[in-house]
Amino acid sequence: MAYGPHTPADRQRMLAALGMQSVDELFADIPEGLRSSPLKLDPPEPEQLLMNRLAGLAGRNRVELASFLGAGAYRHFSPPMVDQILLRGEWYTAYTPYQPEVSQGTLQSIYEYESLIAELIGLDVVSASHYDGAAATAEAALMTCRAAARRRVLVSQAVHPHYREVLRTYFAGAGLDIEEIPLVADGPAGGTTDLAELERRLAEADEPVAGVLLAQPNFYGLLEPMAEAATLTHAAGALFVAVVEPVSLAVLAPPGAYGADIAAGEGQALGIPPQYGGPYLGILACTDSLVRQIPGRLVGMTSDVDGKRAYVMTLQAREQHIRREKAASNICTNQTLLALAASVWLAALGPHGLRDVAAMGAARAAELEAALASMGVARAHAGAYLNEFAIRVPNARAVHRALLGRGVLAGLVLADAVPDQPAFADALLVCATEVTTGNDIATFARELGAVLGGETAGGAFEPAATPAAANA
Amino acid sequence: MSASGPRLQPSLFELSKPGRGSDKVPHPPRDALDRLPAEHRRRQPAALPEVNEPEAVRHYVNLSQMNHAVDTGFYPLGSCTMKWNPKVNEWAARQPGFAQLHPMAPDEIAQGTLQLLWELEQMLIEISGMRAVTLQPAAGAHGELTGILMVRAYHAARGDTGRTEVLVPDSAHGTNPATATMAGLRTVSIKAAPNGRTDLEAFRAALGPSTAAVMITNPSTMGLFESEVGELLDAVHAVGALAYMDGANLNAILGRFKPGEAGFDVMHINTHKTFSTPHGGGGPGAGPVAVGEKLEPFLPAPRVLREDDGAFRLERVGERPTSIGRMRSFVGSTGVLVRAYAYLRTHGASGLAEITDDAVLAANYLKKRLGDTGAYDIPFPGVCKHEFIASATSIKRKTGVKTLDIAKRLLDHGFHAPTVYFPLTVDEAMLIEPTETESIETLDAFAEALAAIAREAEADPEIVKTAPHTAPVRRLDEAGAARNPNLRWRAAVGDWTPCPD
Repeated sequence: MAYGPHTPADRQRMLAALGMQSVDELFADIPEGLRSSPLKLDPPEPEQLLMNRLAGLAGRNRVELASFLGAGAYRHFSPPMVDQILLRGEWYTAYTPYQPEVSQGTLQSIYEYESLIAELIGLDVVSASHYDGAAATAEAALMTCRAAARRRVLVSQAVHPHYREVLRTYFAGAGLDIEEIPLVADGPAGGTTDLAELERRLAEADEPVAGVLLAQPNFYGLLEPMAEAATLTHAAGALFVAVVEPVSLAVLAPPGAYGADIAAGEGQALGIPPQYGGPYLGILACTDSLVRQIPGRLVGMTSDVDGKRAYVMTLQAREQHIRREKAASNICTNQTLLALAASVWLAALGPHGLRDVAAMGAARAAELEAALASMGVARAHAGAYLNEFAIRVPNARAVHRALLGRGVLAGLVLADAVPDQPAFADALLVCATEVTTGNDIATFARELGAVLGGETAGGAFEPAATPAAANA
Repeated sequence: MSASGPRLQPSLFELSKPGRGSDKVPHPPRDALDRLPAEHRRRQPAALPEVNEPEAVRHYVNLSQMNHAVDTGFYPLGSCTMKWNPKVNEWAARQPGFAQLHPMAPDEIAQGTLQLLWELEQMLIEISGMRAVTLQPAAGAHGELTGILMVRAYHAARGDTGRTEVLVPDSAHGTNPATATMAGLRTVSIKAAPNGRTDLEAFRAALGPSTAAVMITNPSTMGLFESEVGELLDAVHAVGALAYMDGANLNAILGRFKPGEAGFDVMHINTHKTFSTPHGGGGPGAGPVAVGEKLEPFLPAPRVLREDDGAFRLERVGERPTSIGRMRSFVGSTGVLVRAYAYLRTHGASGLAEITDDAVLAANYLKKRLGDTGAYDIPFPGVCKHEFIASATSIKRKTGVKTLDIAKRLLDHGFHAPTVYFPLTVDEAMLIEPTETESIETLDAFAEALAAIAREAEADPEIVKTAPHTAPVRRLDEAGAARNPNLRWRAAVGDWTPCPD
C-alpha cells in the first residue's frame, strides 16, 4: 500500500472489534447483482518508476520554444519565494475554512487577496475566487440578469472566444439570451467593439438588456473605449461588466475608474504557470451595491470574543449549502490556493514591480512590432494595444507550422480560434511579456523572414528538422 | 508573542512602507508606455503593499502556521475525503514540461500532456464503468452542472421538452439543487426513509413525464450504500428520465461498485477527494464527468482524441455540433489532473481496491468505538461505508452542550472537527470520515477525545461551550461580520508611492 498505515495486525484488530472475519462483510449491503467486475488497470507503480514515467511524458511536451503565444494565458516571471510558500502543506493540504478558529491563515490570506484585487480593479467587493476567467465572466453575466431582473445580455465579439462559448453554454442552461456585438471592421477603431451597434441593440425596447460585457484589453490586444461603452450601457439601465487582465491594471485605467459595475477576469497572469489550462484563478468583483448578488465565498474581518482581530467566511446566505436551489450559484470548491499564489506574487513584486512587468511587456511588444515590420509583416489593426496584437500573414496556418519547426511558437492562428470571423482568416495573434527576450524577438523576425522568403521563392514551407521535432 | 507556535499577523497592508520592496524584475525603458493614449492610462497607482522578501515570507509562513491541515493532523471532515496528499504528485505537476505548457499550444508540441489526459480518461472510464469521460469541469459542482446540462440536451435532442424537474433526496449536498436551478430546472426534494436510505416509494411517486433526472449520492451523505439503487434506476429509466450519480463518495466503492455498470447514465468524480489532489484551502479541485452512451454525444468540447497513428489531438472548434459547448476556458485544470494521474498510477487496480477496503474498515471501526462510548447517538446502526453520522442529541438533552461546542472542543485536542450540521436531515449531526490514510492509533485517540469531551460536558459544560481555548483565536463574531461586512482592507490616503513615470 502506497500511503496507508495499516499493518495486517491493525486490520485484524479492527475487524475483530467489529466481530468480522473479512472486510468483504462490510460490503454485504451492495446487492450481489450490482457488484462490480474487477478493476482492469495496470498494477501499482513504485514511486521511482512513476517519476521516470512522468518525466518522460513531460519531456514529450515542447516548452523551450521562443514563444509569442498569449491569447488569455500569459507567461510571467515568478520569484522562487512564491512557489516555496505554496509548497507549505499548511496551505495546500487544508480545506475550506469551515472551522475559522483553526483556519485563520487561509481566511486572512483570502481577505488580503480580496483587498489586493480590490485595489487593482477599483471595486470594493471581490469574491474569494472562481474557477477561471471564463466561468467568472459567465457568473458576472448571470449576476446582471439577477440584479436587473432582465433576461438579455450583450457581449462583445472581442471577448475571448472561449469565454463567449462558456457564456452560451451557461445561458442556454439558464434559459437566458446572450447576443454578440460585432466589431468595427477597419479604420482607426478596427478590431474594437462597434459602439454604434451596441447603442442600437440597447435601444431595442421589446427585450431590455441586463448587462453588457467588453474586454480590456480585448482578445485581439486592442484597447476598447470602456468609458463610452459604460455610459451607453448605464443610459439603458443595464450593468456594465469589464473583462480584465489583472497585470495590465498596473498601467491601464481600472474598471472602477470608468464606471464598471462588475469586473471579471483571468488571474493566471499573476504568477500562475500556464500548465496547459489550469488550475487558474477566476476573478470576480463588483460594487458594494451588488454584494448580495455576487456568487462564491466572501471573507470578512471580524473579531473573536476577546476582541482580537479575526477573519471569517461571511454573507453565506447567498451560498448553496444554505440556500440550496435558491442560491446565487452552485459553486462550492473554488481556487483558494491560486488566490494565495496571486497574492504572494503581488507581495513579492510590489506595486513598482507590477508596473515594471506591465510596462516591460509593452516595451517588448513594441520591439516585436518593429522587428516584424522590418520583415514586411504589419499589424492587422491601427488602434492602441498594450502587449498583444494581431498581424496579417499570408497563409498564416502554414507559416505558423513552419515556424514551429524552426523553434518559434508564433502566437495563435486566429483562423483556428475564431473560425466564424472571416476578418481573421490570415492573421496571427502575438504577444510579448517581460520574459520575452531580445533574442526571442530577433529569432522570430529572422525565421519569419526566411519562411516568407521561402514562400516567395517556391511556395512550399519546409520545417527545419530539430531534435525536439523528431521526438514528437 | 511566543518564539514558536501560531502568531496573529498584521495585514500585509500594515507591513507596507513606501520605498520598501525587492527588485525582482528589470526596469523597462522610461518611454515604455508613451504610446498608450492618456484616456487608457491608470491615473493613480494601485495602493498595493510595499514589502521586502523577508517580511513577505515571514508573513505567509506565520499565517500558514495558523491553519490546521492534513499535513499537520487528523482532518475527519465528512464528505470531503481529507486523505493524504502525496508529495510526488506536487513534484509531478511542477515538471517544467507540464507546468510551462501553454494551453493553446499546438497539439504536436503537447503530446505528453495530451497522452496523460487520454490515459487518465481511460482509467476513469474503467473505474466508473461508463463509456466516456470529460476532464474539463473545474470542480465537483461544475461537473454536476456539466452533467445536468447534458441531460437537458439529451431530452431536447429527442424533442422531449416537458422534462423540467430534477429529483434530489433531502440529504444531498446543496450543490445538487443549486445545480438544477443553474440548468434551468426545478428541484423536487425527496425525504429520506427513516432508516436513512433513499425512500424508493417516495421517488416512484414523484417520477413522471416531467422528470428530467434523478440525482443520487451513492454512498449517500449518511455514509450508507443505497441498497435499493437497482430498483430506483429501473424506475427512473421506466419513465424516460436519466440517473445522475454524485460521485463525492467514490472513495467508498472503488472496485466494489461501478456506477455505469449498475445503470447510472452520468456521474462526476471529485479528484480532490477520491484521487488525493490537495484541497488547497478551498480549491482547486477537478470534477471529471463520466457518461454512458446516451450522453456521449453531448460531452463538452474539446475532447481529447487519439488518432489511428497514435497521435493525440484536441477537437477543433465546432467539430462536434451535438456538444453542449464549453464549460470553461482551455482544456481543464490540467495541473490537478497530473496529480490525479500520478495517484492512479501509484495505486493501480489492487491499490485502489485496498483504498476502499481500508477507508470503509476505518470508518466502521471508528463508528464502533464511538458507539461504545455510550455518549454519542449513532442514528443509523449497521454497516456504513467510508463515513458515518454520529449525533450529540442525547448529550445536548442532558448537558446543553451542542454539536457545535463539541466540534470546537475537538480543536483543543488537536483534531479538526467533523462536518457538522450536515446532512440537514439529522439533528446535531456530525459526519465523520476518517479516510484510509489514518492509523489505528489516530482513530483510537480521536474516539478517546470525543469520549473525554462527552465526560467534560457533564462535569464542566462551560469549558466545552466556550471552546476552543488553545486555537489562535476564540469564537468569532460571525453575526457582526455579516451585519457590517468588512470585505477589504482600506489603505489610508498617502499610503502609496507614486510610480516614477
